[in-house]
Amino acid sequence: MKIKILKSGLIKSLKSTLWFSILLFPLLVMKITVKEGLAHVTYRWINLALIVPSALILSELWRYFLQKKGAGGNREGKNRGAVITRLIYGNKKIRNILLAASVILMATYPFYAGMYNTNVMISALIYIMLGLGLNIVLGLGGMLHLGHAAFFAVGAYTYGMFFRYAGQFFINAGISTGWMFWIAIPLGGIMAAVFGVLLSLPVLRLRGDYLAIVTLAFGEILRMILQNWGSVTGGATGISLIPRPWLFGINVTPRIAATYIYYIVFVFVILSIISVSRLENSRIGRAWEAMREDEIACQSMGIDLVRNKLTAFVLGSVWAGVAGVLFAAQTTYINPDSFTIWESILILCIVVLGGTGSISGVILGALIIKLLPEYMRAFAQYRLLFFGLALVLMMIFRPEGIIRKIRKVYTFPVDEIENKPAAEGNS
Amino acid sequence: MDYFIKLLLSGTAKGSIYALIALGYTMVYGIIKLINFAHGEIYMIGAFTALLVGGALQAAGMNPVFILLISTFCAVFLASAYGITMEKIAYKPLRAAPRLSVLISAIGMSMFLQNFVLLAQTEKYLSFPSFLPEFEFLKPIRGYINSTQFIILIVTTIVMILLTLLIKFTLIGKAMRATSQDREMAQLVGININNVITVTFIIGSATAAIGGILICSYMGQINYYIGFIAGIKAFVAAVLGGIGSIPGAVLGSFVLGWTESLGTGYISSDYEDSFAFIILILILTVKPSGILGRKENQKV
Repeated sequence: MKIKILKSGLIKSLKSTLWFSILLFPLLVMKITVKEGLAHVTYRWINLALIVPSALILSELWRYFLQKKGAGGNREGKNRGAVITRLIYGNKKIRNILLAASVILMATYPFYAGMYNTNVMISALIYIMLGLGLNIVLGLGGMLHLGHAAFFAVGAYTYGMFFRYAGQFFINAGISTGWMFWIAIPLGGIMAAVFGVLLSLPVLRLRGDYLAIVTLAFGEILRMILQNWGSVTGGATGISLIPRPWLFGINVTPRIAATYIYYIVFVFVILSIISVSRLENSRIGRAWEAMREDEIACQSMGIDLVRNKLTAFVLGSVWAGVAGVLFAAQTTYINPDSFTIWESILILCIVVLGGTGSISGVILGALIIKLLPEYMRAFAQYRLLFFGLALVLMMIFRPEGIIRKIRKVYTFPVDEIENKPAAEGNS
Repeated sequence: MDYFIKLLLSGTAKGSIYALIALGYTMVYGIIKLINFAHGEIYMIGAFTALLVGGALQAAGMNPVFILLISTFCAVFLASAYGITMEKIAYKPLRAAPRLSVLISAIGMSMFLQNFVLLAQTEKYLSFPSFLPEFEFLKPIRGYINSTQFIILIVTTIVMILLTLLIKFTLIGKAMRATSQDREMAQLVGININNVITVTFIIGSATAAIGGILICSYMGQINYYIGFIAGIKAFVAAVLGGIGSIPGAVLGSFVLGWTESLGTGYISSDYEDSFAFIILILILTVKPSGILGRKENQKV
């Protein structure tokens, strides 16, 4: 019996190997170069030798995991492969130690890591902020937002254009341009909020896939305006020499500047983690989650959909806007290429891979997505390929992400409930 | 007036290519209610295959007509194969999952295929040799329409007619219509849903591959990124006409083609790609069901 199953499995794998060999032959084995209108095709037979065994192994693995997934559906969903989740949520003591250790490690990072690593970590931290912003819209509100990079751009360009048009004024008045950063932070947030409201106008009536595509369209339109309206935005060349934040009037070396920005960003990340976790457990956070689960049922419970969607969008955008200002301050140079649709999708990857709705998941996702390609140079070239594949596989095998969000469970001591009649019900 | 007619004709040619891609979107959406983000990538893969096979045959010194036929056949075959495989891997295990999960899976697939072609082939623009013949009888009206545009119009018309016949009069067409109306009910009366979905993906991918070859011959160049923007535009066309409706997709594509052509001609060519997005936002704000679409009722 067992041999029979094994045999039929092997035949299936051989079939799919043959199928994939045909499928991949033209694109992987043949390579085209066009010279003076004439096409030359070269053959890379070595790739075919690689396709066959890997297709065989992968199709075996694929069937094994699909079967396992099918069998796992009957089990209690709670325990499904949640090693990391249990590690983080399970034991309060371990959790607190881990938390304290990582905060200390991160807080002293610039002192032991060197300038290059600090800069890399700054961009990872900025992406944590972006991820947390998207987490409000997608993780809590359940709206697939594919234009998040647009708000990132709004923040960055607010600072950039503020410098471009008001910088001379500051210099003439004898004020250090470093001050501009501190004005740009709230300004970037406000501008992003304004654009968030603008985008909400068409979006509020839509749901699911339409919403995704409209936010995508919004992001692309904004990028095209930034790119083509050169007289105002600097066009494709962007804006350069954006001032770094002010530090007591000292003429800083790049290294000190990096450390300084690191701490600013670090404080902002801590602030956003605290506020997002507070939001999550607030009245409005619960309303978002209800909205995500079922819009119509939610509406019939008396929750104002329009208002809640608007707040989710605007709050998510504000985070992206502030992150944009920080980004501009870190790189001192911005151009429209940093804010393409793929940037939005990368932020989506952060949230989806890490764990939709879970703050620690988003942090982990951002670290994976920003640090992995940076430190594994060989991998950097293939990163988008792998992230795309990861999105598909995550959706199939682990839709809740690496770190699953633990939903809040309200418990009452048993005797308290027994003593109080249900009519009082002060939940 | 001359300028206007010229723009209108080039808009028609553009629109008919969008129609070929939009058909795949609208059919897949009609049946599994999914915006197949990776559809544009299928179109790009079709065009790439035609270029590869065509290049190999050209090197062998074959007759241009044969090159055209064989490379078109290979492109259609391979694009359909990619379509089926994509459905089996990325969408089939998610039949019961929330729609958002399937959409994210589709985005992942699009990202994967795009970067796969980028890494396996090249990031540069390649010039696409014109496999299509020149027609003598079009010489007098060359100023208005060239041979490539003429062929595009003819091919699109033929494909549309065949598709309409298939859906109206064949058994599988009937099954497709039934599935798109009510999937569970169709299953109950003995329709094999998996077969219907496979056939839908084959048809969608095949028309996309044909569109890919035509547009690359028209533009004269190709790279790994062409699929994405064309896919989005075709999606806009499908939404504009009412997603799920086949005549709607065709109508929407022509409207989009004309708007783009006239817009770039009279307003500015810098913003060519943004016309589609602006139309999309407008139509979804004003009439989300599209020109020919039916309104879908929401139920708890």
